[in-house]
Amino acid sequence: MEMRAVYAECLAKLMTEDRHVCVLDADLAKASGTRKLYEQFPRQMFDCGVAEQNMASIAAGLSSYGFKPWIESFTPFATRRICDQMTISISYAKQNVKIVGTDPGVSAELNGGTHMSMEDVGVVRSIPGMVIFEPVDDVQLRAAMPVLNAYEGPVYMRLFRKELPTVFPADYQFDLFKADTLREGKDLSIFVSGFLTKDVLDAAEKLAAEGIDAEIVNVHTIKPIDRETVIASARKTGAVLTVENHNVIGGLHSAVLEALAEERIPVCAVGVPDRFGEVGKMPYLRKVMGMTEEDIIAKAKYALSLK
Amino acid sequence: MTDIKEVCKDIRCDIMTSIGHLGVGHIGGCLSLVELLAVLYFEEMNIDPADPKMPGRDRLVCSKGHAGPAVYATLANRGYFPREELLTLNQGGTHLPSHCDMNLTTGIDMTTGSLGQGFSCAVGVALGSKLEQDGATIYAIIGDGESQEGQIWEAAMFAAAKKLDNLIAFTDYNKLQIDDEVAKVNDIAPLDDKWAAFGWNVIDVEDGNDAEQVRAAVQHAKLGLGGGKPTMVILNTKKGCGVKWIEDLGAANHNTKISEEQARAAIAEIRGEV
Repeated sequence: MEMRAVYAECLAKLMTEDRHVCVLDADLAKASGTRKLYEQFPRQMFDCGVAEQNMASIAAGLSSYGFKPWIESFTPFATRRICDQMTISISYAKQNVKIVGTDPGVSAELNGGTHMSMEDVGVVRSIPGMVIFEPVDDVQLRAAMPVLNAYEGPVYMRLFRKELPTVFPADYQFDLFKADTLREGKDLSIFVSGFLTKDVLDAAEKLAAEGIDAEIVNVHTIKPIDRETVIASARKTGAVLTVENHNVIGGLHSAVLEALAEERIPVCAVGVPDRFGEVGKMPYLRKVMGMTEEDIIAKAKYALSLK
Repeated sequence: MTDIKEVCKDIRCDIMTSIGHLGVGHIGGCLSLVELLAVLYFEEMNIDPADPKMPGRDRLVCSKGHAGPAVYATLANRGYFPREELLTLNQGGTHLPSHCDMNLTTGIDMTTGSLGQGFSCAVGVALGSKLEQDGATIYAIIGDGESQEGQIWEAAMFAAAKKLDNLIAFTDYNKLQIDDEVAKVNDIAPLDDKWAAFGWNVIDVEDGNDAEQVRAAVQHAKLGLGGGKPTMVILNTKKGCGVKWIEDLGAANHNTKISEEQARAAIAEIRGEV
């Protein structure tokens, strides 16, 4: 299912239900899949042109007037480009703005290093008051959208916009602040965010064939992290691997390490090894970044060896 | 009928008292704004101090957030909160921080301080008012140094493109910024041509510290409400206006130490007692 299509469908529903829900673009409505909504919602959709900082502060002004703005752009421009506006106009001023960054990490593919944010979660995670959510599939995204909209406060959503396989069952119950245990296991815990969840589940089956029983937890909300679930799982298995489409500095790996700082448990990482992106298709990029299914399996075994 | 000149004196004196009590503050850019704040809050804005969140009220965004002490002195004199609170300026736990905070201070409509951002927020507020069709007028104040921020011009472009004719903005053109004269640091002139080129109505005020001229400009600007364009009023002001030694400091008066004794002497000067 194409994630941006689900996202646009959910936004249309929210705008239909509440005229105070509005969407602001910075000339990437087409990329976000929302351009076609402009005709249907002319008083709720505004294209600010290529001016993300202005867009972020305008959204804060709209929020102060009782509106529920969603702003969207590619991940780097929705985070590091507007870092101060997100910090002051939005979070410090306690404004109810939802920020959507599309094409996170290696999924920016042919747009390359300039558009490939490996640091966005790290940037946003250090801003007080921000909630960070990264959906796995269409089911989780569809379940999350009304919850994010109803949440009174700023949220950053890291949205993979292309096709993704469905992972969650149709009857999935979403809790914004509760991580989802997708597979119970006893040998090690794998905490994963975003599209890599499917690969981790596949890797777990291969590990199981080798007699390794991995517990898989989808940490869809990276901030505030569900410490209770993370700590309980880590204590149960005694070894941890984090898997993310982000620099291993500042993102899920860091958040899990912080949660487990007082535990004597090894925590290994699969993610971007503190480097910039480059052009290429996903299989190539995942290979050069060390983020393939084989890398996940190898790192899982290494984490297990440290017990 | 309120004597606006007396109101200006009261506000100036309270700015001196609060910053003098603290010992340091952004005095220059507070004193240059007094006439504008007095005219807006005492004469021109549709507001109710007894109902500070009144729906459909006019709003003011002071994007040069470091002029907070001037706004607080105005709000206190207008009855939003007791004047005694002005003595808590910038003390730990205060409701009156150096830069405007909508979540801390009664009557403040927007959190500002990171320059450029407040102006975009004001544009968002103006858009919100348009969508609500509540007839409010949105006022915004920017600094001349602040006008070096790229975000000011992003917001200017958007406001004109979206025909936000419920927005009246003011530039506190006192010609000075922290490091030196604006013209020497990174000149913003010709300001009127720039705003006109961005699609705004432009009104020049020869002396932005003359309440009569400011009132006339605001009333002139109001004639443009609903006319399809936002309006920029360029106020030629004097940084530190009203206290000679502060004026004479020039660019050094942006954020300066002031003793209580100096504040008392300044108040006597403002009251015309020396």
